[in-house]
Amino acid sequence: MADFIQQLVEGLGSGAIYASLALALVLIYQFTGIVNFAQGELAMFSTFIAWSFVQAGVPFWLALILTLAVSFLGGMAIERIVIRPVEGAPELTLVIVTLGLFILVNAAAGWIWSFLIKDFPSPFPESALHLGGVSLNYSTLGVLGVVAAVMGVLYALFRFTKIGLAMRAVASNPASARLSGVRVGRVLALGWGLAATVGAVSGVLVAPVLFLEPNMMGGVLVYAFAAATLGGFDSPLGAVVGGLVVGVAETLAGAYVGAIGSDLKIGVPLAIIIGVLLVRPQGLFGRAAVERA
Amino acid sequence: MNGTRTPTAAPAARAPRTRRAVLKPQGVLLAVLLVAACVAPFQLVPFRVFQLTMVLVYAIAVLGLDLLVGRTGQISLGHGGFFAIGAYVAAVLLDRWDVPYPLTLPAALAVTFVLGFALGIPALRLRGLYLALVTMTIAIFLVPLLKRFESLTGGSMGLTLTKPDAPAWTGLAQDQWLYFCVLLVTGGATLAVAGLLRSRVGRALAAIRDNEAAAEVMGVRLSRYKTLAFAWSAMLAGAAGCVNTWVIAFVSPDSFTSTLSIMLLAGIVVGGLGSLYGPLLGGAFVFFMPTMSQGINQAAPGVISGLLIIVIMYVAPTGLAGLAGRASAARLARKK
Repeated sequence: MADFIQQLVEGLGSGAIYASLALALVLIYQFTGIVNFAQGELAMFSTFIAWSFVQAGVPFWLALILTLAVSFLGGMAIERIVIRPVEGAPELTLVIVTLGLFILVNAAAGWIWSFLIKDFPSPFPESALHLGGVSLNYSTLGVLGVVAAVMGVLYALFRFTKIGLAMRAVASNPASARLSGVRVGRVLALGWGLAATVGAVSGVLVAPVLFLEPNMMGGVLVYAFAAATLGGFDSPLGAVVGGLVVGVAETLAGAYVGAIGSDLKIGVPLAIIIGVLLVRPQGLFGRAAVERA
Repeated sequence: MNGTRTPTAAPAARAPRTRRAVLKPQGVLLAVLLVAACVAPFQLVPFRVFQLTMVLVYAIAVLGLDLLVGRTGQISLGHGGFFAIGAYVAAVLLDRWDVPYPLTLPAALAVTFVLGFALGIPALRLRGLYLALVTMTIAIFLVPLLKRFESLTGGSMGLTLTKPDAPAWTGLAQDQWLYFCVLLVTGGATLAVAGLLRSRVGRALAAIRDNEAAAEVMGVRLSRYKTLAFAWSAMLAGAAGCVNTWVIAFVSPDSFTSTLSIMLLAGIVVGGLGSLYGPLLGGAFVFFMPTMSQGINQAAPGVISGLLIIVIMYVAPTGLAGLAGRASAARLARKK
């Protein structure tokens, strides 16, 4: 039993990381209707920036804050430069452009920082907290804490600020928002900036576990897709719940289903995506889309 | 009546005009290409023949992807996976049961068609976006899966085979024989796709690409055609994988990573979506771009293809072949 709870907590820990990347995906999807395939790579790039700060002797938490600021500006810049020219284009074009961005960012990171695997410092103590037969790593608890804090800040931003209100207006109806005087273009850039920031958090959290290298986020992105599909691509709450469920499912399946083991764990998100699409395509918390021709 | 028919009627109405006007130069170009393709292996050194063969191999896969992306407007990030499955079907048949290698092609076609059909059903009932997600995940999942079934697939070490020799009556060297085998498959696949596109099915696919809702209203069964397009497309990628095994005589899971899928997509975007010569140009791009730019930096192929994809989507959504087509269309317009 203790072992089971142990696995459960570890699943929640990795689930929290998937949740933050899924949240980044959902943020962009809500504002622009784009699924950003480059989200994981942007997070990886941010993590490399954080690594460079740390290498230069900046204390970890300051480096994190600087990285988040850079990511925010970078996300806005990408929206302006890469996405704005194809705004309103068919879905196919948008997917291909974000894929181009995926390849570009991945290779650029390899060019700048090389493809060698790097150690990334963990901000949390190595030791563990023992409760009953269960040992809770401080790093797992720290990850859960950070992701919860990010959710809290985002919720407060959307719920209680004027900018948040404007952003919600754009997400629900861009044309009406524009008519009421909301600067839609600026809000879209803001959405990309926020998403890049939230994604950067997931990258920094996952790097101590996976080691830092340009292809680090490929697997995480698949889990985040599964999380967003499960929760519904238009629901931030769904992304979080979906991420936690995917993390737990993956850990438990890897630990208890012999045929899956650690090498085939990537099949779990695949099964989740296909299962959700067959049974409830809009996801647990999503709204079913009705199309008008 | 006329109004509702526009999406299908438009390409059909345009076709006769272009055919009448462009038939001659296009026919000449095609004939020149064919003659060049048949003479080339006798004029070039074996290594160049091998390179040309590989371009033709990738052209088959890009042709398949174009049927899906360029003609039907759906997206797949997993065609590298179908390529791998085709390659492995051929390799396992050759390795295990000593099947004569021409027979591996129909086997690879059948397996990838069925798999493509089965996967298309859940993914295509929904929006194209989910198809991208599912196909990408499958391509990633395939690599550890191939490593797991070691007794059959040879695990991470892969399978090493022997290349087929040319039959004595041809008097050809091995590389020339392989080249002509692949040329035959590429030509056959191109003809099959061209015939398909000219038929009722091709018009249905174009209607789906241009406006799904309108196509459905006109009576095109979306799920049926989309699933079929996906299955055919997967089948062509499988054919490419199969002939790849003939030519390389080696398969391993790590030669079919998700990079291959993305490169194939890059190939069709650069070569030209929905065009006749797009797949050939795309195949050349997939083969030559990485080998040529690798010298600059390990990351150079990625940077170049990423930039090219984005820039081409901005300025020339129909790729290299489309640019040529637009140039000739502009010339025609000026003549009138």
